[in-house]
Amino acid sequence: MNDANPTASASTASMWEYAPAPERTPLEIDDRYGLFINGEFRSPNSRRWFESLNPATGEVLSKVANANQQDVDDAVSAARQALPSWSRLSGQERAKYLFRIARRIQERARELSVLETMDGGKPIKESRDIDIPLAARHFFYHAGWADKLQWAFAGATPRPVGVCGQIIPWNFPLLMAAWKIAPALACGNTCVLKPAETTSLTALRLAEIFQEAGLPPGVVNIVTGAGKTGQLLAAHEDIDKLAFTGSTEVGKKIAEVAAVGDRRLTLELGGKSPHIIFADAALDQAVEGVVNGIWFNQGHVCCAGSRLLVEESIQDEMIRRLKHRLGSLRVGDPLDKNTDIGAINNPEQLDKIKGYVEAGQAEGAVLHEVTTQSLPKKGLWFRPCFLTGVQPSHVIARDEIFGPVLAMMTFRTPEEAIKRANNSPYGLAAGVWTDKGARIFEMAKRLQAGVIWCNTYNQFDAASPFGGVKESGFGREGGRHGLRAYVRI
Amino acid sequence: MLEQRAASFTRRSIKTQSKADGLRLALSMVDLTTLEGADSPEKVRSLCRKAIRPYEGDLDRPVPSVAAVCVYPNLVPVAKEVLDGTGVHVASVATGFPSGQYPLSVRLRDAAQAVEAGADEIDMVINRGAFLAGRDEEVSDEIKEVRSAVHPAHLKIILETGELGNYDAIRRASDMAIEAAASVGPIRDGEVFIKTSTGKIAPAATMPAVLVMLEAIRDHYFATGVRIGMKPAGGIKKAKAALHQLVMVKETLGDDWLNPKLFRFGASSLTNDLLRQLVRMERKRYMAAHDFSEA
Repeated sequence: MNDANPTASASTASMWEYAPAPERTPLEIDDRYGLFINGEFRSPNSRRWFESLNPATGEVLSKVANANQQDVDDAVSAARQALPSWSRLSGQERAKYLFRIARRIQERARELSVLETMDGGKPIKESRDIDIPLAARHFFYHAGWADKLQWAFAGATPRPVGVCGQIIPWNFPLLMAAWKIAPALACGNTCVLKPAETTSLTALRLAEIFQEAGLPPGVVNIVTGAGKTGQLLAAHEDIDKLAFTGSTEVGKKIAEVAAVGDRRLTLELGGKSPHIIFADAALDQAVEGVVNGIWFNQGHVCCAGSRLLVEESIQDEMIRRLKHRLGSLRVGDPLDKNTDIGAINNPEQLDKIKGYVEAGQAEGAVLHEVTTQSLPKKGLWFRPCFLTGVQPSHVIARDEIFGPVLAMMTFRTPEEAIKRANNSPYGLAAGVWTDKGARIFEMAKRLQAGVIWCNTYNQFDAASPFGGVKESGFGREGGRHGLRAYVRI
Repeated sequence: MLEQRAASFTRRSIKTQSKADGLRLALSMVDLTTLEGADSPEKVRSLCRKAIRPYEGDLDRPVPSVAAVCVYPNLVPVAKEVLDGTGVHVASVATGFPSGQYPLSVRLRDAAQAVEAGADEIDMVINRGAFLAGRDEEVSDEIKEVRSAVHPAHLKIILETGELGNYDAIRRASDMAIEAAASVGPIRDGEVFIKTSTGKIAPAATMPAVLVMLEAIRDHYFATGVRIGMKPAGGIKKAKAALHQLVMVKETLGDDWLNPKLFRFGASSLTNDLLRQLVRMERKRYMAAHDFSEA
């Protein structure tokens, strides 16, 4: 019999590679963007601007205004002035604005995705499939609540809190803006939002969408700038509520300066979330959970499953499977539709990640990474990796790295898994993989985390409350619980 | 998570050169199939011609032949006569296809006869009745006997995933089929395949079902270094769906399996859609259905 099929082997490539598939949506980016105060864009009193870079190429995308004290004062006073009429508007009317904003985000989704990817470095498939649709979803969801608030809190008459200062991080720029703004507006509050220094551009597009939706001036104001601007906003005396999402380190400082007057505060901070895999788990599914848990968005995820706790008997099996799967991840141009891992958001973060991986190896951990693929010459890149031989006392097992770096440890009994998982100052999220139902409930009961995913990881929805315990912060965002921070009852 | 992962392969963007290469590759992997009660020698002869030379028009790069022609045992001699020496294999379904609801002696005789008549490859069905009843050993023993009976012809073991009920069962059946075949003797690349479906039952070769089987093949390779082949069959009608399958194979098993020796599509109408897309890429326009010969 014929063993070969010569025609076939002669005419087909021995290696089948994916051709570059860049997203080519044309995008207009202005040379500079002012502050969004009282419904219009204006130059900052500071007369200072800073550059917003594309971390994948190092190119300057635009210049963004650097707000000073005067600018923050203007923004807060615009929000204060807008508050009475906005909060008196019926829930139904507020809902109409939120619906309009949500639909406009959907209509401009392509453009927003490309901009988010260029400004922040995340792969286009994530901004296209997750960030932007979920941002729209938060506005839709909260539009639904706007005229039903009295049913959200049984027996109470919820009233708005007032002017909300909101400071957001660079990992999910537009999505975090939506998380903050949508519930605030639904409940009748007005806002001053401070986007992260490196990722202001999509928030400023959102401001354009507010204009298109006819949102009354002053209801949302956006002040851009570095940490100093955030500090000014946090310390501002005329803010009724402050919401911060970011690192625990900065969160603690924010909590200090925010301790003025009758001020509400919610903090969504860092994490070192444990991801626990029992030997009876569906291992291929668990591997997908781990990939999604730590290599999603370059690991720039506050709830990243960065501590992998594997039952000792399956350690070798997991290492092999993880290595194999790691080999199929495509690192590179974030605008390429086939890219799985994009660019690291900023140079400081890249240095920090590198420092941690070196420290981990110095303490005796073994590094596993994909070495086959070459990284682009320009831009900020870090190969996704995991480390084995990690001890709970190692710095890479304790500190939040906020990069695509996974620390793998083992356990023998459920008791030990819980002990190791809870041995952390953080308590944002946790993951458990097992086919035994009773064990899932037992683990979920005893893990110290605000969010626990069972046989899945990194699932988000506007209806599901999100937030931490311990040094991962307090307050919830999303769902009915998320509304609580934006009402007085 | 399995379905989510399977869906992720459909979101890879396959364009330009990789699309052209992928379409050719997929074409070279087709087991061009006709399994009708009304199959005639004439129809099989046409199909064999199509298999050798799928497209009569001129393209910049020649179009490859398909991998094999798959027919009922009675028509194996007809196919053999046309295909002998062309490099296109003759495959035959046997062992009481499609239901497998016959005594073992009849199924074994069926398979052996197809090989005697000239089949290079036998597509057998497993005994789903026994599998679903939990008589795993019986299923396994039967696979062993069929492999011995058809040697040296290649064996493709049809699990009929649409009848197995859930993904766990598909995985268990895959492992069992591979173990059983391996226990008979060493397996060289391409000598044993696992195959999703007969094509007579829906759902057939869905992405998640195929992914479960690919994972079983991958784990067997990790454990033994032996490469088992994979054949999704049934329901893959469009070029795009074939490319999704290739992406899944590439990212689950690696480039070694992107080869007609280790990966096949059980299909008929897929062939012309692959050609249609291939011709469109070169001529920048779609051809009419009648521009392609029947498949």
